[in-house]
Amino acid sequence: MYSNPKLLIGLEVHVQLTKLKSKLFCPTPADYKKSPPNTHVCPVCLGLPGTLPVVNRKAIEYAIAVAKALNCEISDKLIFVRKHYFYPDLPKNYQISQYIGPGFTAIAKNGYVKIFVNGKTKIIRIRRINIEEDPGRILYIGSIEASPYSLIDYNRSGITLLEIVTEPDMTSPKEARAFLEKLIAILEYLEVTDPREEGAFRVDVNISFEGFGRVEVKNIGSIKDVEKALTYEIIRQKKIVEQGGKVERETRHWDPNKGITITLRSKEYEEDYRYFPDPDLPPMRIDKNFIEKISSTLPELPDDRINRFVRQYSIDEYRATILVLNKWLANFFEEAAKIYSNYKKLADLLITDFLRWINEYELMPENLKVTPLHIVKLLKLWDEGVLSVKMVKELLPRVIKEGVDIETYVVSSGYMRISDREYLCKVIEEVIRENPKAVRDALSNPKAINYLVGLVMKKTESRADPQITREIIQDYLNRLRMEGS
Amino acid sequence: MVNNVSYKYISMPIYKLLQEFKTDPMKVFDYLEHVYRVIESVETKIKAFITLMPQDAVFRRVETLIKESKGKIDSMKLFGIPIAVKDVISTKGIRTTCASRMLENYIPPYNATVIERLINEGSIIIGKTNMDEFAMGSTTETSAFYPTRNPWDLSRVPGGSSGGSAAAVSSGEAPIALGSDTGGSIRNPAAFCGIYGLKPTYGLVSRYGLIAYASSMDQIGPMARNTIDLAILLSIIAGHDPKDSTSLPIGSKNYVALVKELVYKEPKLRIGIIKELFENSDENVKVKAYKVVDKLCTYHECLTVSLPYGKQIVAAYYIIAMAEASSNLARFDGVRYGLKVPFENKSWEEVYLEVRTKGFGYEVKKRVALGAYILSVGYRDMYYIRALKFRRILKETFDKIFRSVDVVVSPTMPILPPKLGEFFEDPIKIYLADINTVIANLIGIPAISIPVDFYNGLPIAIQIMSKQLTEEILLYLSMQLEEKTGFRNIIAEVH
Repeated sequence: MYSNPKLLIGLEVHVQLTKLKSKLFCPTPADYKKSPPNTHVCPVCLGLPGTLPVVNRKAIEYAIAVAKALNCEISDKLIFVRKHYFYPDLPKNYQISQYIGPGFTAIAKNGYVKIFVNGKTKIIRIRRINIEEDPGRILYIGSIEASPYSLIDYNRSGITLLEIVTEPDMTSPKEARAFLEKLIAILEYLEVTDPREEGAFRVDVNISFEGFGRVEVKNIGSIKDVEKALTYEIIRQKKIVEQGGKVERETRHWDPNKGITITLRSKEYEEDYRYFPDPDLPPMRIDKNFIEKISSTLPELPDDRINRFVRQYSIDEYRATILVLNKWLANFFEEAAKIYSNYKKLADLLITDFLRWINEYELMPENLKVTPLHIVKLLKLWDEGVLSVKMVKELLPRVIKEGVDIETYVVSSGYMRISDREYLCKVIEEVIRENPKAVRDALSNPKAINYLVGLVMKKTESRADPQITREIIQDYLNRLRMEGS
Repeated sequence: MVNNVSYKYISMPIYKLLQEFKTDPMKVFDYLEHVYRVIESVETKIKAFITLMPQDAVFRRVETLIKESKGKIDSMKLFGIPIAVKDVISTKGIRTTCASRMLENYIPPYNATVIERLINEGSIIIGKTNMDEFAMGSTTETSAFYPTRNPWDLSRVPGGSSGGSAAAVSSGEAPIALGSDTGGSIRNPAAFCGIYGLKPTYGLVSRYGLIAYASSMDQIGPMARNTIDLAILLSIIAGHDPKDSTSLPIGSKNYVALVKELVYKEPKLRIGIIKELFENSDENVKVKAYKVVDKLCTYHECLTVSLPYGKQIVAAYYIIAMAEASSNLARFDGVRYGLKVPFENKSWEEVYLEVRTKGFGYEVKKRVALGAYILSVGYRDMYYIRALKFRRILKETFDKIFRSVDVVVSPTMPILPPKLGEFFEDPIKIYLADINTVIANLIGIPAISIPVDFYNGLPIAIQIMSKQLTEEILLYLSMQLEEKTGFRNIIAEVH
């Protein structure tokens, strides 16, 4: 009986190396995304008869850097194969790609990525990395079925793609998400791609319950959708299993609008791509020194940075991970940490409310108005007691959105914590006068004092210093008790 | 004989023409006038061209050339020399059909690297020549348009697949031509038409712009009526091209100077006679070829070498060629260029099926289908992988042979040019006739076809092969034979 069959998730991630200047096999500039259709093309990437591919060396460098960062074994030979299938977005009706087989191999294999989920570190193995050309793009009018015609745009044709394939080591959508976040961070740190560019990153997920058919869901465009598609598939497949059915081996398509997966084709027979080494691209030796040179110039990568944050700032791995996986946030943190030494408090503010508002306002890290100095000033006013925690939270959105200088603001608006005893006494007298019952309660029940403090806070719009307020009320109550006795 | 044509002029080697043109650029028009008179007279019989440039267009081109080349004429290596180009090589603005319905109206937007080089040296393209469809064939009969005829005997084929180029050169329609050679497609028609043809070392000449048949064996090469012209053309097209990853990282050589130097020094070479390739030939070919070899052996040291493979060579060649062809020809789907069929209410599969059914001829379909089969899971090990293994074995065999001899010699073709239609009766026979020529393509070495004699009015040629990048040795021996046989600048009389 399948009480709880094991869930296996593997991913195939396609990443465009968007930081390359030209396409993988021709000198056509790679920045095609803002160009009108079919203007970013040349005879080579259109696959015109007689044209030949020439490898972009920088693309190989980038691929090796990625392979190194994913702890892979790098092949000593660069071999391209032709993968044949007829489709109108593929100008040659074969894709120049890589494959592990007799006489050929991928640029890298057998790597791993560390992820941090539920307080634990887990290893996700990388099976292989291929370097290949992106096909063009087909545009439909509405849905595929309803479209009266299709338009083909070859601008994307020949853009450099890395296909990164994992082993089925993930056991939950959350782990898949953690893997993708980590992978994207690594690519961002390497400065080989801008994952936020549209279409720069596409995922195929393979999901199965051990002992059941493997389902592939193709072409998912964001981490959020990967998580959703996986969750959907788990429920769908579980239902089939529970009802005693069989999960068929098939390829499905994720519909992000409807939030469901739909059958694309059954995989009863494997498509035969008739792989063979591309005779236009003779195998190239990948020199050990070349690899050494690339790995010696790699920037600090997320794992190292997380470790450093734990060491240098004495914050835990959880906080360090969240910071580091957002490269700009980690940079922001480090800038702020130069002038503010309560690192944990700083980290907490950044990974909670700060990040939430950034996302809320959909702000782009590259044109933020808020600087580390703004945040540090806020924290310092908080530390000094000028601002209460509540005030900090209230002011934060404005600081983030508008880059308000908090010191100036506090002085000019008088918006600060009230710790002036004389003023507070007046407010407290008022509260006591207006709430005789609450006062009586407080006299008999020490905990009821909180209610009175709350009333004062309300009257002062939370600016009253709660510590001083409590002292004054306590004094007043003590006096009453003495008078009464 | 064509009226009003000076055959002395028409048969003049290009190195002499060049001297005349450089002294007086107006003589280019003169010469072209004669060339077009020959074309007018013989082309309807021979059908060497698929696209012939109109004379006035060519004249305008020459006018521009003369204007633009002021002061540079002396340094141009082909100034004013007309050339016929096999219709498998991309020419910007000139339709390039591969003798296929598929590309009947395809006009490339770019020039092949060899074309760029020819233009830079002042050469004039006068037309695109007929060929077997996508270079698949050895008689020029698989052309989707019409067969080309052998200028020496119009009832016979000119060979192929560069049959149009060979026929144009041998009949005087062009002094030189470019062909392409995947398994003998330059040497075979050169032999059948009585001209010189050379398949260079794989990677010596850029393939950029050559519409691929079998990428690992395709090479563009020169065709001419004498050795020096062949060397001149080779010097121009050879040399590294960054647009072709299989192009060898070496500069071009001045083959003319190298040949002249070798002819002057006259080194004695060790010549290997591949016995099996003589013995497998038709009696008439064998006898004539042996006679020529005797001429070589009076000076050089000749020894017999053995090639212990027969049909395997041809089988390996066709397996590899078909596998690569099935891949290379996948791009012809009518979506971006080439034959168009109405798309409305059809799936992509239906469009592809219709385009490829209508666009490809029988021989192409056969090779594409067999190639796809050969590469399929379950069969690739049996055919493709084994063919690659044999290719390595063959290479090792020749590495060994070339340790004991400098060159090897054989007849170019084991047969005389067949009659039109004769070959279609027996396709295996037609494939097996390629045995002498495919070797050089399988192992990437250079090979030359040298016309040496006639039998019953039909040309006979021998082939010499040598080590990689020793084209000058082949040209040297060719030059020596040319002196001995007097087979130079001969133009077929078309009846």
